[in-house]
Amino acid sequence: MKRKFLSPPVLLLLPAIIIIAAVVLVPLLLSLYTSFTPFKLTRPDTLYRWIGVRNYARLFEDYYFWAAFLRTFVVLTIALNLEMLLGLGLALLVNKATMGQRALRTIMMFPMMFSPILVGFQFKFLFNDTVGLVNNALQSMGMERVIPWLVDEHLALFSILSAEIWSSTSVFAILILAGLMAIPRDPLEAAKVDGCTAWQTFRHITLPYLMPFMFIAMTIRSLDIARAYDIVQIMTAGGPARRTELLWTMISRSGYVDANMGLANAMAYISILLSIFFTFYFFRKLMAARRYMGGAQ
Amino acid sequence: MMVSHATRKVYLKWARWIGTFLAMSVICIPGLWIVLSSFRPNVEILAKPAIWIPQDLNFDHYAAIFSSDPGQGAVPVWSYFQNSLIIATTSTLIALLIGMAGGYAFARYSFKGKDTMFLGFMLSRTVPGIALSLPLFMVYARLGIIDTDFGMILIYVAMNLPFTIWLIDGFFRQVPQEMSQAAQIDGCTPWQAFWLVEFPLAKSGIASAGIFAFLTSWNEFALASQLTRSTGSKTLPVGLLDFTSEFTINWGGMCALAVIMIVPALLLTFIVQKHLVAGLTFGGVKG
Repeated sequence: MKRKFLSPPVLLLLPAIIIIAAVVLVPLLLSLYTSFTPFKLTRPDTLYRWIGVRNYARLFEDYYFWAAFLRTFVVLTIALNLEMLLGLGLALLVNKATMGQRALRTIMMFPMMFSPILVGFQFKFLFNDTVGLVNNALQSMGMERVIPWLVDEHLALFSILSAEIWSSTSVFAILILAGLMAIPRDPLEAAKVDGCTAWQTFRHITLPYLMPFMFIAMTIRSLDIARAYDIVQIMTAGGPARRTELLWTMISRSGYVDANMGLANAMAYISILLSIFFTFYFFRKLMAARRYMGGAQ
Repeated sequence: MMVSHATRKVYLKWARWIGTFLAMSVICIPGLWIVLSSFRPNVEILAKPAIWIPQDLNFDHYAAIFSSDPGQGAVPVWSYFQNSLIIATTSTLIALLIGMAGGYAFARYSFKGKDTMFLGFMLSRTVPGIALSLPLFMVYARLGIIDTDFGMILIYVAMNLPFTIWLIDGFFRQVPQEMSQAAQIDGCTPWQAFWLVEFPLAKSGIASAGIFAFLTSWNEFALASQLTRSTGSKTLPVGLLDFTSEFTINWGGMCALAVIMIVPALLLTFIVQKHLVAGLTFGGVKG
């Protein structure tokens, strides 16, 4: 009999388990604990005062927190859906290109190489109301007034969304393109023989085949949700008057600027639930899409 | 009037051309504007009305950030670059090694709680970096590893592991198990069978996992900005903040640093991009 604890898979997985436990699990447990204390960075002794669920109770009554929560949810939903549609369109265009496809593929991945913080600065620069490219272009075309892209609350959200979408559409595009390149030729040819229109072929063969790829992209992106922090923090820092505040800019503000670590950790815990919800949702969609494909073949 | 089939096809082809061109412009212009701005003097960047066609291209911003005079807008570019390179490369290599072990275990063995563990790894990635930074700050402060390369490497390895394991698992599943068995019958040790037979076949997938890991570590900001303090461990993304002061931003210098930051990522992706699409097709998706 082999000893159970040293079986090869356990041994192989052990380093990964140890690192993830040390860097993610332990800090998470710690933050769970501090969310039950009034911990302030400036007063270390507050770490040992247990106040039960008072932080959470406070958050439930906090209008700004729930506004940020809802805004995060909305921004994410819009961004994920638009990124998927645009990514699909981009992948279809590049896939159809007969010349220079490799070059197009490289250009398509261009935004992926940009650090999210760089994207933040870049779009802050582009949307700057006096020297920005966007306003300058509009003014060259004869517009008189100055549009305050980052100061008006609706426009600021729009600007943030465009930065977010610009930077992440390529993640969808590349995964969907990979899917398009892997589509078997037989069903497509059979559809042609049966006299399907281009739209019918797309709707009933290409699209179901691409669904798993899309959901993988959705899963990855919803896992990378935190990236939104960099862009928002740089472009507006949650302003004007907290109108573009998302969960993570709010958490870092109350944790580091206001020094309310305990409260910030309570917020973080609620926000993690949101990410877990998205991940589970897309993961289940992915499984369902895979089953559907399995049944079709 | 119905348009004939052939004309419609020509229209469609043109529409596709124009669509591709527009899409590529939207993708390229923000980046190109940054590159262009890094070579223009500030008067031109901030000119009103805008100067569209550059009149005076030079390397002044690069000279300024590499100079030794902080008053000129110098920043410790070399230390940032060095830190970024050390942290991103080391963490990618470690993540790939550990990820290969983990991915191989998931692909080749069946054991109790396998699915739970797989999902558990994925869920560890749902924790937003900024939410992690608060407790990590406390732990790192206790251990005294705030502001060290080691601390950042540890974080990035953990951040990259789930996706690395997922991709590599997908690739090892593509390699038929019989091949390694055949090699072992021919007299290879299991270790030799792995390195000589299975590893080369999964290589392209491992390369694409590596790119993703490298780009994630190279570009990460939220954690790095909280856990690094000095030039000893600050990375390039954190370095970008050096160009901001309370009310103004030194756009020219920042654009120059941005270009320096993109070039390695661009080179690496360009070199390995062939593997990337092929790799994604086989990995992960069919797992």
